[in-house]
Amino acid sequence: MSARRIFARPARLAAIAPYLWMVLFFLVPFGFVLKISLSQTAIAQPPYTPVFDFTEGRAALAAAFAQLSFDNFRLLLQDNLYILSYLRSLVVAVTSTLILLLIGYPVAYGMARLPQRWQGVAMMLVIVPFWTSFLIRIYAWINILQHDGLLNQILLTLHIVSAPVVWLSADSAMYLGIVYSYLPFMILPLYATLSKMDASLLEAAGDLGASPRQAFWLVTFPLSLPGVGAGALLCFIPIVGEFVIPDLLAGSNSLMIGQTLWLEFFTNKDWPVASAAAVALLLLLVPPLVLYDRLQRRQLEGGR
Amino acid sequence: MAHTVTRLTRFNMTSLALGLAFLYLPIVILVIYSFNASRLVTVWGGWSLRWYHEFFNDRAMLDAAWMSLSVAAVSATLATLLGTLAAIGLARGERFRGRALFSGMLYSPLVMPEVISGLSLLLLFVALNAERGFWTVTIAHTTLTMCFVTVVVQSRLATLDRSLEEAAMDLGCDPVRAFLLVTLPLIVPAIVAGWMLAFTLSLDDVVIASFTTGPGSATLPIRIYSEVRLGVKPEINAICTLVIALIAVIIVIASFASKLSSARGESAAPL
Repeated sequence: MSARRIFARPARLAAIAPYLWMVLFFLVPFGFVLKISLSQTAIAQPPYTPVFDFTEGRAALAAAFAQLSFDNFRLLLQDNLYILSYLRSLVVAVTSTLILLLIGYPVAYGMARLPQRWQGVAMMLVIVPFWTSFLIRIYAWINILQHDGLLNQILLTLHIVSAPVVWLSADSAMYLGIVYSYLPFMILPLYATLSKMDASLLEAAGDLGASPRQAFWLVTFPLSLPGVGAGALLCFIPIVGEFVIPDLLAGSNSLMIGQTLWLEFFTNKDWPVASAAAVALLLLLVPPLVLYDRLQRRQLEGGR
Repeated sequence: MAHTVTRLTRFNMTSLALGLAFLYLPIVILVIYSFNASRLVTVWGGWSLRWYHEFFNDRAMLDAAWMSLSVAAVSATLATLLGTLAAIGLARGERFRGRALFSGMLYSPLVMPEVISGLSLLLLFVALNAERGFWTVTIAHTTLTMCFVTVVVQSRLATLDRSLEEAAMDLGCDPVRAFLLVTLPLIVPAIVAGWMLAFTLSLDDVVIASFTTGPGSATLPIRIYSEVRLGVKPEINAICTLVIALIAVIIVIASFASKLSSARGESAAPL
């Protein structure tokens, strides 16, 4: 038996505790979301009527199945509020991901071309904001964008505008906040692929007569597509369900799905509808999540 | 001719500089304004520690800060323990049944929208009839942050030279001893970095904490969030600056740890 295989057994035993933890606190809770999304709203504490009661035997269970309620999902499909907030979430996520790509790619490309010893510093500089509280970074923007904030002051002093501009409570502020918060998530995977690229490929392209621009579009960009995919997923998935940024920076006329869920849960205390919204959001995210999981596994486990 | 293709161009430098300025300027402005003596954000009233003073006299804020720090410390420790064990299982366990489910459960929380994680954990706690407060938030944060620890430690384990462990076992160590004597010392920097990351993530979270906490036990981000919704307050500038300073210290320690790890072999994980 090889040393690796002897080593594997205690390693697997080590995984038991985290395995159970994740089953209990990550997997099982989804079961509860699903269950409550199928139950009726009630004015009670907790505010729903339980549908399954496993203590009552099989006959009761069958009866419970018969009266499972899809009302909450029907509501999601019928009420414009929900459909609109789904659409809005998708539009916001796609738009933000594209902007992030447009901004993040040149930055990552610049990083990958720095002299080796500066690359570490540049990477550190990109990671630090990722560690810094993102609520604080959104707040920093509110400071700048508010009615008598720094931006309006500068614009007024320079006579670019004659009256303070309303920046907050607008989609532009929300996009700014999203791009600002997620930029490191886009830059890091892009940089990881771009910095691993074999420079001799570009030299070969140059020797064969390609201009720098041609070399970029024919060699660098196609080879960086895995990084583009990873960065896009890393941004797109959480942005779809984003709550804090739109809540603090965008206006309240149109909500993203994360905000709708929050509103149903905290303000309307309608747990079943909030759960149904969560299930629907999750269904939407399954394809990108599976893709992301595959990418992550390939990166960490060498494509096992 | 070849180096014109690989050279660092002015465009590269400009985009890099602009990108970094975009990331840092708002934070710098926030820190400067936290020392502003004036109550009005527009008016610069000279340097002052007035808002820091205000914060240290704000009982409710201090309580929230204390709650956040203790949740972060406990959950980061639990997450580091569980996350490291999970990383060992994934990096050294070869193939085992349920492996795909395991890695899926560990990787998807990294991108899972927080409203979903928060809501689902709350429903579990309600079903279990658990009293909501310190421990429910701690468990929620442990679940989220252990996944980050796993990724950091696992990528360190993946780059580690396995012949070291094999040599130890050829020399008569059993696997557990080989791990404790050879592997563990080499991955300590990654484990330290993982703890730091878990700590800062916990200190940052507002959504999951809002769902899983109970009445009367708000964390600092929950308090900051509800204040910010009402508008900018200079005291918040001061609190944010203090949090940034704390995180800066943590980053310095973490980067020191990863330097240590790169001095001993390959570089640590980027995240």
